[in-house]
Amino acid sequence: MSAVAHHTSTGLDNRKLAMWTFIGSECLLFGTLISTYLVYQGQSISGPMPGEILDIPLTSISTFVLLMSSLAMVLALAAVTRGEQRWSRVWIFATAALGLVFLGFQAYEFTHFVHEGLTIKTNLFGSTFFVLTGTHGAHVAVGVLLLLTLLVRSFQGKLGPDKAMVVEITGLYWHFVDVVWIVIFTVVYLLS
Amino acid sequence: MTETNAEHKHPGTGTYVTIAAVLTVITLVEVGVFYVPAFEAFLAPILLTLSAAKFALVVMFYMHLKGDHPLFTAILTIPVLIALGVAIALLFLFGVFTLGGSGA
Repeated sequence: MSAVAHHTSTGLDNRKLAMWTFIGSECLLFGTLISTYLVYQGQSISGPMPGEILDIPLTSISTFVLLMSSLAMVLALAAVTRGEQRWSRVWIFATAALGLVFLGFQAYEFTHFVHEGLTIKTNLFGSTFFVLTGTHGAHVAVGVLLLLTLLVRSFQGKLGPDKAMVVEITGLYWHFVDVVWIVIFTVVYLLS
Repeated sequence: MTETNAEHKHPGTGTYVTIAAVLTVITLVEVGVFYVPAFEAFLAPILLTLSAAKFALVVMFYMHLKGDHPLFTAILTIPVLIALGVAIALLFLFGVFTLGGSGA
């Protein structure tokens, strides 16, 4: 059975509807985490404080990397839709690789912060910062796993144009992770 | 024909690359504004506006909400507005914002 040929009562693909509903619930999760960060901002009794430890140039580069991964994702979807197997593999791999680079930046940042004396238990900034950015990083890691799964399916010859909806749904998740970072970059890094 | 088997039109590669370029420029402007002391008084509104613009561009063009079914827009917009409302309410509740101006 084709992946896109089933009838639904809404006329919409149920899997896509489910992903959008999931994204809606994730908005509330990240809204809560960002709110918590803002509520406790400036309430830490002891350092390190955000202004002393956050590295804006480094995070700007990782933000650029994540934005470019979204471009690679839409190009992957376009290639799958057109049935261009080689390019779909290239762009899916590029998206996953850029996601891994972003995670590398985050791992470096976390390690640097711990060496500077900021852990999840140090102060309110540490607690809210690590929970918020760590939760986002976990979402990126899940996205990378989804992309690598797509890549394996492609090499198995099971990712043709009839599976474009599967790639689109994975893309929705990936772009959501990107838009959450757009908000985190502004609120946590630039406005701190 | 249902949405399920309809091929709704996605933007082309040129549009995707243009959007990526615009997102990059906005990010550069954000970082630039952050380092210019003259913008310090207006930093929050400027950065939040630029961030909202990036958010909208990704959602409209990369997540294809611009040409997709309105139900998907509603499913995203309503939780975003609820999250925004909760954030603003909590900031007032904890005294970060006050009705007479910014708080602590």
